[in-house]
Amino acid sequence: MPSLDEISVLSVYSAMAVYAIAFIAFSIDLAKRGAAAAKAADELRLAHDGDELPAAERERVGVLQAAATAKTAASAAGTGGTGAGEASGRASRWRSATADGASVAYGRSPALRVGVAMTVLAWLLHLTATLLRGFAAGRVPWANMYEFALTGTLIITTVFLVVLVVAKHDLRFLGTFVTGLVLVLLGVATVNFYVSVVPLPPALQSAWLVIHVFVATTSVGFFALSFALSVVQLMQSRRESLVASAKAVKKSFLATLPDSTTLENLAYRVTIVGFILWTFTLMAGSIWAEAAWGRYWGWDTKEVWTFIIWVVYAGYIHARATRGWRGSRSAWLAIIGFSTVLFNFTVVNLFFKGLHAYSGL
Amino acid sequence: MVSTSSSDRDGGVDPLRPADHVDSPEPPPGDGPGVAQPKLGFAGWLRFGWRQLTSMRTAILLLLLLAIAAVPGSLVPQRSSDPNGVTQYFTDHPDTAPVLDSFQMFDVYTSAWFSAVYLLLFVSLIGCIIPRTKHHFEAMRARPPRTPVRLGRLAGYTTRPLPDGVDAETAVAEATKLLKQGRYRVERYELRGEPSVSAERGYLRETGNLVFHTAMLGILVAVGVGGGFGFAGQRVIVEGQSFVNTLAAFDSFNPGRFFDPSSLAPYKLSLRELDAVYETQNQDALGQPIDFTAHVTITDQSGPAEDGQVKVNEPLRTHGTDVFLLGNGYAPHIVVRDPEGEIVFDDAVPFLPQDANLTSIGVVKVPDGLDEQLGMVGFFYPTQDVLGSGAYASTYPDLVLPVLTLNVYEGDLGIDSGTPTSVYTLDPSGMDQLTGGETGVDSIELKPGELTELPGGRGTVEFVDDSPDAPAAVPAGSAADRDYAQSVKRFASFDIHHDPTQIWVLVFAILILAGLLSSLFVPRRRMWVKVATRRDGSRVLEFAGLARGEDPGLEQAVSALADKLAGPAAESEPTHDTAKPTT
Ligand code: HEM
Repeated sequence: MPSLDEISVLSVYSAMAVYAIAFIAFSIDLAKRGAAAAKAADELRLAHDGDELPAAERERVGVLQAAATAKTAASAAGTGGTGAGEASGRASRWRSATADGASVAYGRSPALRVGVAMTVLAWLLHLTATLLRGFAAGRVPWANMYEFALTGTLIITTVFLVVLVVAKHDLRFLGTFVTGLVLVLLGVATVNFYVSVVPLPPALQSAWLVIHVFVATTSVGFFALSFALSVVQLMQSRRESLVASAKAVKKSFLATLPDSTTLENLAYRVTIVGFILWTFTLMAGSIWAEAAWGRYWGWDTKEVWTFIIWVVYAGYIHARATRGWRGSRSAWLAIIGFSTVLFNFTVVNLFFKGLHAYSGL
Repeated sequence: MVSTSSSDRDGGVDPLRPADHVDSPEPPPGDGPGVAQPKLGFAGWLRFGWRQLTSMRTAILLLLLLAIAAVPGSLVPQRSSDPNGVTQYFTDHPDTAPVLDSFQMFDVYTSAWFSAVYLLLFVSLIGCIIPRTKHHFEAMRARPPRTPVRLGRLAGYTTRPLPDGVDAETAVAEATKLLKQGRYRVERYELRGEPSVSAERGYLRETGNLVFHTAMLGILVAVGVGGGFGFAGQRVIVEGQSFVNTLAAFDSFNPGRFFDPSSLAPYKLSLRELDAVYETQNQDALGQPIDFTAHVTITDQSGPAEDGQVKVNEPLRTHGTDVFLLGNGYAPHIVVRDPEGEIVFDDAVPFLPQDANLTSIGVVKVPDGLDEQLGMVGFFYPTQDVLGSGAYASTYPDLVLPVLTLNVYEGDLGIDSGTPTSVYTLDPSGMDQLTGGETGVDSIELKPGELTELPGGRGTVEFVDDSPDAPAAVPAGSAADRDYAQSVKRFASFDIHHDPTQIWVLVFAILILAGLLSSLFVPRRRMWVKVATRRDGSRVLEFAGLARGEDPGLEQAVSALADKLAGPAAESEPTHDTAKPTT
């Protein structure tokens, strides 16, 4: 009879296998998007060559060109006291292009459906693994690096799936990133971080372990999505500026994705949720530190990096509200922000000396 | 200082924002002391500098600078959190350490440059929030803005036919009621015979933002004041001993600049017992600590003794101080006698743990009573084992097979010269080593309840067995193995703190969170409902909104209001005017 923890590990491996299938399906979908974009462009060229533009095609030209000018429009807007109002007005105009503000309409390919279904299945296995680990340990399953990674990746997938359900925009295209990231992190965790179930050291025996660490991990889930959206935003805005300057543009999957302004708004909304959770993490951590170490703030290495992450994202929020910083620059800050999050989780946990020596390694 | 939005003249007032905020009007080209400007006087330059400092751009740059400035403190040990690490760093890197030190790299968070960054940030913050707060107070009293002449270009614009039998006045009154229920501030307007209601809500967004930023200032001040008036002290107490909360009784004491030592409440804290529980079942974690509990008694002049306990994560809060259990270890009870058998040293000496299995190091200093001063450096192994190399190690943190080894030194202890020396270290320079090392004499090795001769007839040393029913001491090597669980006393190292503003930091932290939530999630929006007359004389209800800041739900809110007031839009009615003129 295998122990609960052994079943948990088995379940993790199964989840990883299914994540891998999901990842492949999502990648195929991205490739198909590229093909769809190329096809749309070819049709367009044909129509041009024939010099006779059916009404539908004419509209598509308009849409394409409109997408091209999105950026210019974005920078022109914001004049007068109505910047944000115009922003949403603009968004609604694009939404009339396709539901998502994309310049090429693209439904849901079978690959995409498979990807989502496999992600849900992997998530179930992953959840099982995490719960079993918790039962095996008789406590919350987030008390060492292996468990942080196990729960953290579960939450990344959970946040992704929840966002798929609640968001007005179809964000399934982020599946490649999410499943890829989760797969890599789980792989590293099972190979390098695995430790068998051990009891909690006294410093971790606290209700704050449940709250502080859980909220921190959830926050990371949101930051991961914000990172992905910001990366796509940067790629999209580069493509838009190429289209605007009428340069030849490689027909990529980007044409089927929302325009950069929509992506930016989405990224912002995801980030502020992450930011609030992180603010709470920082405060809950301070309260816990006061009880465990006798001071609420002592610039311990982990505290320093929690602070750095917080400040970087505060910078991001300001950048979003600052003329000349909105758009790509703020996207870079979101990317830097997530890099500091990953750095904090890996390098700081493993190599920096400090009171937070809970990697279990 | 910052130009206000154009909508002011219509009554509605936007939140005041720095000039380079995306919602602020674009400045005319050549703003600032550029070429096109007439010469700026001193005051002009000051104003220009102040405007730069309080701009959004500066806030971003200072925030990023703060993040970068915080990094070195995590790479290099800090005096505040890891003083031993700093000492070690100086030993390991004798060349670079002084250079780093000259840049205050070991005191990053109190350094001039780190302070400069955050102080500038906070000056910028003050410069930002004061005018905004003033402005916000006025805005909260201002009327919602005049209804725009054409609503068609605004967000979520939608129309509904005026329901049969409802006149314009009733419709507007009904809309006003609905908006009020939705916590809008409302104002009736009438332009060219078209009655309308203008509404605004979400002032809490700006309030939250101001509360958030102000509370951050609050934290900074509270932390500063707390540091000035509080103190932090450390004290090691062995089981059965006690400590009185007075300045002299602390092993180390760090008062704030304004701390008044006479404000210490002189209560007595006795350590009755320190319970340590270690894992015994889980083979993967044998010996891992499960629980430490210090059972203490608190006594003061006024009342009866009170029992309490201190655990990791559960400090004892008493007499305005917080008592934390930050460490523990063993305190072997050692007695030294002179050749005549007179006791010259008798104490439980706290040994500092060196590893997870509590191999511990301690120092015994016998300054008086013998011909020459005597020092001993000891190793204590709670559960002794012999490694392949012949060296000793502890294999379990509890007392299964406790062994104490001592290396004896004779000579000047260096404690009479007046320079303070640590009780945990012995400087053997200027002393002769008598046992261990290269002396050719074996180190002294004792189990609890054993005693042995010091070399050269200098007297005896005994490792006292503190078990309640311990037999009399026997010569080294002759004690029979028995249950040693209570043979050696433990010590607890307590941190005792007083921070008068800690509670304020918490209050401000809660305000920060509340302010943040409302400023990020409360939408500030305007909404208009107008009874418009079409060219053909028919009358329709027009609805539109305007977001002030991030507001993804605006369009939905407009159509929800329209639906509620006049029923859902007819199928043919376009809710989104795709042919809206571009701005
Ligand atoms: C002490 C460092 C600062 C931190 C940590 C900080 C943090 C934040 C955060 C988290 C927000 C978003 C939440 C909200 O809207 O309330 C924000 C918004 C804002 N901050 Fe700061 N801030 C700082 C300093 C400043 C300074 C110096 C200024 C003035 C130049 C400023 C001006 C603003 C403005 C105008 C907004 C509203 C942005 C919007 O319209 O969305 N902040 N700040």
